[in-house]
Amino acid sequence: MTLKLGVPSKGRLMEKTFDWFGARGLNLQRTGSDREYAGVVTGIDGVDLVLLSASEIPRELAAGRVHLGVTGSDLVRDTLAAWDDQVKEIDLMGFGHADLVIAVPQVWVDVDCVADLDSAAAAFRACHGFRLRIATKYHRLVREFLKREGVADYQLVDSQGATEGTVKNGTAEAIADITSTGDTLRANHLKVLSDGVIHRSQATLFKSRKADWVGRDRETLSVLMDRLGVLT
Amino acid sequence: MSRLPKAAVRDEALRLRAMFEATGAAPVDPAILQPAATLLDLYGEDIRARAYVTADPLRGEQMLRPDFTVPVVQEHMDGGAEPARYTYSGEVFRKQENDETRPNEYFQVGLELFDGRDPEAADADVFASIAEALQGLPVKPATGDIGITSATLAGLTLSDDRRAALMRHLWRPRRFRALIDQFAGRKPVPTHRKAVLAIMAQGGDPMQGSGIRIGLRSETEIRARLDRLAKDAVQPPLPASEVDLLDQVTGLKDVAPVALERLRDVAVDLPTLSPAVARLERRFEAMAARGIDVDSLPFETSFGRTTLEYYDGFVFGFSAIGRPDLPAVAIGGRYDALTKVLGRGAEIPAVGGIIRAEVALHLREKEGAA
Repeated sequence: MTLKLGVPSKGRLMEKTFDWFGARGLNLQRTGSDREYAGVVTGIDGVDLVLLSASEIPRELAAGRVHLGVTGSDLVRDTLAAWDDQVKEIDLMGFGHADLVIAVPQVWVDVDCVADLDSAAAAFRACHGFRLRIATKYHRLVREFLKREGVADYQLVDSQGATEGTVKNGTAEAIADITSTGDTLRANHLKVLSDGVIHRSQATLFKSRKADWVGRDRETLSVLMDRLGVLT
Repeated sequence: MSRLPKAAVRDEALRLRAMFEATGAAPVDPAILQPAATLLDLYGEDIRARAYVTADPLRGEQMLRPDFTVPVVQEHMDGGAEPARYTYSGEVFRKQENDETRPNEYFQVGLELFDGRDPEAADADVFASIAEALQGLPVKPATGDIGITSATLAGLTLSDDRRAALMRHLWRPRRFRALIDQFAGRKPVPTHRKAVLAIMAQGGDPMQGSGIRIGLRSETEIRARLDRLAKDAVQPPLPASEVDLLDQVTGLKDVAPVALERLRDVAVDLPTLSPAVARLERRFEAMAARGIDVDSLPFETSFGRTTLEYYDGFVFGFSAIGRPDLPAVAIGGRYDALTKVLGRGAEIPAVGGIIRAEVALHLREKEGAA
């Protein structure tokens, strides 16, 4: 058996992941043509590189099909129920920073915090006959946050992309989305609620609690952890 | 709890339903697939985390029934005559997000009464019918009354807006507490709100220079809320003595006669509470008339305030003695407000409760073996 390490298959997240392992003496690289999703790990024995979409890595970890995986902490928390029982955070990797935030139109001068949003939602529902719509693709994280905060009279509407545009397009009143600089939000006439940060996400190395950790994999893991300078 | 054979649980459910039928209840059998829109509008996003949603190409989003209450109310509204008494048994479906060992489909047996002639007698009737169905099992009752808290709020020094905000969050204790602290002046006014209020106080317009208007929430709605904020800013704080009174009422937990006595004392300072206390007393009397030992019956004002959102009056539950690991054997309560939402304003006085057949059978078998 070999230990399977799942990493993002493209873009800056992949490059930064390769750099991060590289700085720790492990050389990750893609092989074949630049269109082929194949890769190798050199500098350690018994580790297979699996290139995956970052959004599929939580699921693969939970299913135990990869032993270790690199993905955003937001994706793990949103995709997996009781995520802590299924995977373990090994190390925060210090890149891929993004915040999941709740944003409302800038013109809502009466709304600054989550409590204001709740109050505005009550009035909105009374006026329009339906719950105030919040567009997002992070359903679990947003729903749990709003439940914890005691917000009522809202509904989530699914938006898998261009979420910042939904308010202008009339399909939502507010949004919950990932932002790193806030530029896109501002360009779309939105503002972040002052206490509306749901989760501060970054690229994180996770270990699967569901994978088979047999014989050599455990040894490989301890060698690997030693090299990465983290404790399991 | 290890799962019992489904056939045995179904038999137990039918046996319990037959007991309710013997009290004069008509059996009803709502569909398993329910239109999701009604349930979502009623319960909000929380239900999406708990109920299975599936899609039908023509009917749109459907939900595997998470409970029977809504379809039974709808069936009744579509042509039931009052008074009405219904019973049902069947499976409900609930996602379990945090605990794999909890069943995601299980049998409920229910009793629902639509009868406005004597609400307290109806409350006692449902409670006693369920208590009788559970007779001989090692269970203990719990009772509460959401109406006591709302009647208390009615008597506090609050503007209508403030009272409405608290009523809306009766079921969310954390937000409720934050609002109380805010209204009592125990929390500083947020900086942003101070700034907006200052602009308005100087005759300025906070909306000036606020950018282009996007979205469905209109300028009129924004201005209406700004006006409410300005009005709220000059409200007197909720006196500390009244916060204490509210805490006394919501924290009350004792046996029925003592609780009643304590609430009568509070009602001396808070006359709006009197009708609710009188209702509570009538309910206890009606329960005693049904053979319930009211002297030892526990009462807790806030029972069910976190979990049973649509109940707005009497609430009750039965739990297995010494088995906190088991879910409640039975729960129920009054839900007039729910029928009001479903009936688009037409309110039908309604009270009901359910028994979890598998938990009841589990206890019965344990008793038999003991």
